[in-house]
Amino acid sequence: MPARWVGAANYRALASTEFWEVVTNTAKYSVGVVVLSQALGLALAVLLNDRTRLGALLQASIFSSYVVSWVAVSLLWIWLLDPQYGLVAYLLRLVGLPAVNWLGDHRLALWSLVLVTVWKTVGYPMVIYLAGLQAIPGDLYEAAALDGAGGWQRFRHITWPLLTPTTLFLVVTLTITSFQGFDIVKIMTQGGPVTATMIYVYYIYEQAFQYFKLGKASAAVVLFFIAIVALTFAQWLAFRRRVHYTT
Amino acid sequence: MSARRVSIRALTLAALALVAVVEVFPYVWMVSTSLKDMAGVTRFPPALWPAPLHWENYSKAWASGPFLRYAVNNAIQTAGILVCQLFFGCLAGFAFSKLRFRGRDACFLVVIACLIVPPQVRFVPLYMLFSKVNLLNTYASLIVPYAVSALGTFLIRDAFQQVSDDIVDAARVDGAGTFTIIFRVLAPIARPTLVAFSLFSVVYHWNDFFWPLVMTTNEAVRTLPIGVAMLREEGTSDRWPVIMAGSMFVVAPVLAIFIVAQRHIIRAFTFTSLK
Repeated sequence: MPARWVGAANYRALASTEFWEVVTNTAKYSVGVVVLSQALGLALAVLLNDRTRLGALLQASIFSSYVVSWVAVSLLWIWLLDPQYGLVAYLLRLVGLPAVNWLGDHRLALWSLVLVTVWKTVGYPMVIYLAGLQAIPGDLYEAAALDGAGGWQRFRHITWPLLTPTTLFLVVTLTITSFQGFDIVKIMTQGGPVTATMIYVYYIYEQAFQYFKLGKASAAVVLFFIAIVALTFAQWLAFRRRVHYTT
Repeated sequence: MSARRVSIRALTLAALALVAVVEVFPYVWMVSTSLKDMAGVTRFPPALWPAPLHWENYSKAWASGPFLRYAVNNAIQTAGILVCQLFFGCLAGFAFSKLRFRGRDACFLVVIACLIVPPQVRFVPLYMLFSKVNLLNTYASLIVPYAVSALGTFLIRDAFQQVSDDIVDAARVDGAGTFTIIFRVLAPIARPTLVAFSLFSVVYHWNDFFWPLVMTTNEAVRTLPIGVAMLREEGTSDRWPVIMAGSMFVVAPVLAIFIVAQRHIIRAFTFTSLK
């Protein structure tokens, strides 16, 4: 089929309630993943920031999922979340809670995917925060301890502000990688129930390879790319301002 | 005061141990399920460890598709990409760090710009391109799009730049050609960077599901992640032991490397993203 100039038709084809839902789903998924994995990653990094054997072992076991294939993780979690025979259902039953249809309930499915994603990827923000923590000079904490600052105060006034560049870096990196989420949706839910877990890249994939609407898919890719460039630019601006602050 | 400190420490450790268990136990469950039969999977309460062990799930999974083919393809894809990335990365890293030519910095900026273009942006146009030149369903469609890595080039250039020009000049005086300088002089010095980048690349491409899924429809060139994903499509939930056994084909090699080289791998992932 020869290509034909269609102007903005592919972009107009995108303008639909379905596309809007895809954008909202992607935003929810990203915000959920970024906020949860970053908060948990920071907490773990602060608690594990010592050079003991046990600390290293815990770090490694938490990070391990990060290098495991998404395909295997997704299959594993379908099985763990199985409403009838899954391990999670069993544990819920043990404590007297009712079974939950994690992937079949349209209000829950997207958040189930968020939890699985956080479970798999939390090791990454953890090790990045650990690297950031190790760059903070120890004498700052000693001086603060001399001034009588407690643990929370030291975190609030030394750790958190000095980790700002790390936090900014992670917000942008994790947002961009969560925008790229695909494997987990393709394997765990195929975008369903109905369109509850239809997120951006999966939508592009469906348009291109299920419906063969390559023009529409390309239009969606262009918008996707613009979003990524904008995010990266925002990060660059934030970093530049940060440098002015400290020097 | 000190009693309170001790209890806070104990609480912290308990919380950390809980997180570690939540992170690791699912893998134990994966292995345990892979050794159960159907009765074992549907039993209530579930057993942590089955007896007897049903190792036949592994041979069933292996036989339910051309898994040898998938594994070989996965290795070819991962190794092919790595070799290309290191080769071109070293050449470009040398050019960008040790050579002086017009437009060098502009070219390097283009490389940096490529860092922010994810595969999900490239796959639609590349799919159309490969389909036009009849390269879909070939190793080329798996390897060529990743043959040059912007990240690799960036990291290797950075490492080469830290090597003093005097060393390069001395090698030249001794009669070393450009290739000798790059692969015999600079590359060994940049070894930590090359190792870190290699670990990163191997883990990423061994696990990659998206790209082979898009570029191939033919079993002859498909890879393990796709083969494993198809295990589930072939049957219903009564195949969980077989599916979990099959998942181990893609998980086990990576976890084995991770257990041996965890420090290096964690450093590799931190290093490649913080540079």
